[in-house]
Amino acid sequence: MAATEPIVEMTDISIEFPGVKALQNVQLRLYPGEVHTLMGENGAGKSTLIKALTGVYKIDSGSIRVSGGPRQFSGTADAQSAGISTVYQEVNLCDNLTVGENVMLGNEIRGAFGINWKKTHEAAHEALVGLGLGDLDPRQPLSSISLALQQLVAISRAMVAKSKVLILDEPTSSLDANEVEGLFTVMRRLRDQGVAILFVSHFLDQVYAISDRLTVLRNGEFVGEHLTRDLGRSQLISLMIGKDFETLASLGSNRRRDARESGEQPFYSAAGLGRKGSIEPVDIAVYPGEVVGLAGLLGSGRTELGRLMYGADRPDTGEVTIGGKSTEVHSPVTGLATKIAFSTENRRDEGIVGDLTVRENLILAVQARRGWARPLSKREQKELCDKYLVELNVRPSDPERPIKNLSGGNQQKVLLGRWLATKPELLILDEPTRGIDIGAKAEIQEAIATLAEDGMSVVFISSELEEVVRLSERIVVLKDHRKIGEIINGPDITADTIVDLIASDGAEAQGVEAFEPEPEPAAFAAEGSTN
Amino acid sequence: MTSVIERPSAPQSPHTPSLVSRLKPNLETLPTLAAIVIFVGMIIYGEIAYGRILQFSTLSNLFINNAYLIILAVGLTFVILTGGVDLSVGAIIAISSLVGVMLANAGWNPFVVIVLMILIGSAFGAASGILIQYFNVQPFIATLAMMFLARGLASMLSTTPERLADESPIRALSTEIKVVDGPKINDLVTTPNVIIAALVVIVAFYVLHKTRFGRTVYAIGGSEQSATLMGLPVVRTKLAIYIISGTLAGLAAVVYTSKLGIAQNITGVGWELDAIAAVIIGGTLLTGGAGFVLGSVIGALVLGLMNVLITRDGSIPPEATTIITGAILLVFVLLQRLVVSRKRKT
Repeated sequence: MAATEPIVEMTDISIEFPGVKALQNVQLRLYPGEVHTLMGENGAGKSTLIKALTGVYKIDSGSIRVSGGPRQFSGTADAQSAGISTVYQEVNLCDNLTVGENVMLGNEIRGAFGINWKKTHEAAHEALVGLGLGDLDPRQPLSSISLALQQLVAISRAMVAKSKVLILDEPTSSLDANEVEGLFTVMRRLRDQGVAILFVSHFLDQVYAISDRLTVLRNGEFVGEHLTRDLGRSQLISLMIGKDFETLASLGSNRRRDARESGEQPFYSAAGLGRKGSIEPVDIAVYPGEVVGLAGLLGSGRTELGRLMYGADRPDTGEVTIGGKSTEVHSPVTGLATKIAFSTENRRDEGIVGDLTVRENLILAVQARRGWARPLSKREQKELCDKYLVELNVRPSDPERPIKNLSGGNQQKVLLGRWLATKPELLILDEPTRGIDIGAKAEIQEAIATLAEDGMSVVFISSELEEVVRLSERIVVLKDHRKIGEIINGPDITADTIVDLIASDGAEAQGVEAFEPEPEPAAFAAEGSTN
Repeated sequence: MTSVIERPSAPQSPHTPSLVSRLKPNLETLPTLAAIVIFVGMIIYGEIAYGRILQFSTLSNLFINNAYLIILAVGLTFVILTGGVDLSVGAIIAISSLVGVMLANAGWNPFVVIVLMILIGSAFGAASGILIQYFNVQPFIATLAMMFLARGLASMLSTTPERLADESPIRALSTEIKVVDGPKINDLVTTPNVIIAALVVIVAFYVLHKTRFGRTVYAIGGSEQSATLMGLPVVRTKLAIYIISGTLAGLAAVVYTSKLGIAQNITGVGWELDAIAAVIIGGTLLTGGAGFVLGSVIGALVLGLMNVLITRDGSIPPEATTIITGAILLVFVLLQRLVVSRKRKT
C-alpha cells in the first residue's frame, strides 16, 4: 500500500456515443500494490471506463498515462502487451482446451521444433502455483473445473503475461461465498506482489473486505475517489444512487397501511424459493391487494427473485402455494396459467418487439395464452387497445404505430397493458420506471396503486428506494443474493431505513423485523459439493 | 463446487498423469477413434467378403486415387476447426486445373504453371477470408459466392474437356514409384502426388499442434470472443485459415490434374461436400474447436474405401454410393452430438 506514483492515471475522460454521454470528465488512478474498486450502479459507466482504458473504446477527450507516459491502446491485445490484463465477468476462456493450454495461450514456450508442451505445462503449473492453485492439473480439460476455478485460471493468464495492472470486471457475480474468499486470497497475494488491481463489484461486503481505495461513478460522471476506510457504507450508497430521486417525492400515493386483514390468505406464498447461483432460498408471501416491494442494490437478487416467482427461471428449491393450492411454477407458461404476469426490466430486449405495432405488442400475452390456433378477432383486439391505451394514457394513442417509435415511458405503458390484458392476479414489475421521464413515471406509479386497490397483488422491483417506499405495503430487502429483512411500511420508514438495513446487513437497524438467514438446507449443500 | 480453493489433493501427482488416464478414451478423441475402428472394420469386412483388399496394390491405389481428397480435407480441417466452412474448394479445382492445362498446352514453363495453379487457389481463399473478416459476411455465404465465381470463370474459359499433353512434365507427378516389389502386380507403389499429400498432412499436424498459430485455430473454434479477449491474433488467423484452404485446393488441383490429365469446368462439383464429409467422419466437430487432421485423413480414406467396396460388390448400384456416404455421415454426426451432450453434463 506504499502508494507512490500511480501506474495508471486517467484524467478528464469523456466518451460520447450517439445521443448519450457515456462518460464525462472521469478520473481514475491506480496505484501499484493496491486494490481499487470501481463503484456505481448499472449504467454508471464502469464498463465503459474499463473499455476506455484497454482501448476497446476511443476516448473523445482526456488523457491516459501508463507508468508515467501518455498511452492510447488499440485494443485488448495491445493493452495486454503493455501489462494491463482484464478478466471479465463471463469467463473468457476456451473450454475445448486444457487448463494449461488456456493459461499459456499466446505465450506457449517454443523450442526448436515448435511448442514444447512439457515446458509449457510446467510454466502453466508454475503460474498456477503462484496463485495457490498447485493442485490443479494443467492437463485436465478446462470444462472439468468449476466456474470459480476457471476465473482463477483466467487471472493466472494475466500473471503469465507479467501484468502490472489487473482489471477484474465483476468477477464475483457467479461465485458463492467460499469461492469469493478463494478469489480474495489470490487478489491479496497479487496485491502484495505489487500488482495494481482494479475491482468491479456490486457487493458492498466484498468491496469493504478487499479494497483499499474506491472510485464512485454515477450516470457517467465522476462522483469521487475515497480511501475505503474513510467512507461509511451509508455514505457510499448515497454517493452511488445520488439524491436526485427527491424530485419524485410528491408523486404517487402514500399507501402506508398494512393491507392484510387477520385470517386472510396470501394469494402467493413461497417457502425456501431459490436457485443455485442466482438466489439463496427466500420465503415470500403476497396478499391480494398488496404491493410488495423488492429492494436492494443491483445484483442483490431482486430481479432473480422476480423471475423465479414467475417461472422465467426454474427454481431448484422451494414450495409455492398459489391461491391456497400447492403449485409448481417452472416456466412462463405455468406462470401465466396461474395468473402471474412478469414485466421484465430489460424493456428493449425482453419486453417490446420493436418492429411490431403497439396493437400487436399489446395483445401478445393474451394471444400467447389462447394459443396461436385461436387468433383474437379484430374486434377483440380493438377493444383491448381502446381500453388500455386510454386507461394508461399511451401517447400517441395510435395502435398501428411501430412500438419502437414510442418513448420509453409509453413503451412501458404498453407493456403494462400487455400484462394487464391477461387479467393477472399477481403482477411482477421489474424496474417499470427505469429510464423514463418523470411524468410517465408518475402515471405508472398511479396505475400500480390503483391496480392494488382493485385487489391485484403486485410485486414491485425498483432500484429507486424512494419509489419502493412510496408504493409498497411491505418491503423485502435483498442483499448479495439473499433476503436480509422484511419491512412493514409505516410512517417512520424512509429510503434511509432500507439503506441502513443494507449497510448493517439486517442486524441492528431499527423498526425492522430482522430476518435471520436460516442455515442452508442440507439438500442444497450436498448438491453443491457433488458438482 | 463448494470446496474450491482447498481442493482435496489429487490421488496422484498432477505431473505424472497415470497410464490409465492416458489410455482412457478421451471424449474428444472418441469420434476419431470411432473413424479408425470403422476404417479397419471396412478393410476386414472387404477382405472377408470380396478378398484382395488387404494387399499392397489395393491400399496403394486407395492413397493414389484419394490424394487430392486428403489434401482438400486437410484444408477444410483448418476451416472447420475454427467453426467456419469453405464451399469454394471444388470450384477452385475446376478453375485452377483448367487454367493450368490451358497454359501448359500453350507452352508455359510447367513449374510456373504449377505455382500459378496453387496461387489461384490462394487468391480465392484470400477473397473469402477478406469477405468474412472485414465485411462480416457469413463463411457459408462468402465461400458460396467464391464457389459460383470460380465455377463461372471456369465455364467461361472452356466448357469442353481440356486434355493435358501426355508428355507434359506435370504428369510426372503421377509417375508410379515401386516401393516394394510384390508377387505379380501386387506391388506397394506410390506417386509424387501421394508424397505431396503426406507432406501436407505432416505439416498441417505440426502447425496445428506445435505452433501458436495452430493453438489460436483451436481457441477460435472454442470461443472466438474469448480468443479475441485473450489477445490472440484472431483476425490474422482467420484470414490465414481461408488462404490455407484455398491454397490447398489449388494444390489438390495440381495433384488431380497430373493424375487424370484432363481438366473440365465441371470437375470437382460436390467435392467440397466430400471433403467436409471426410472431416466430419474423421471426428472434427462441425462447430469447431475439436478434431484432428489425422482424423480427416482417415475420413477421406473411409470414403475412398467405400467406393472400392461398392465397386467390388457389384450388386450395389454406384448411384447408391451417396446414400451410404450420407448414412455414415449421419452416424458420425449423431455420435458427435452424443459426445457433446455428454460433455455438457460433466
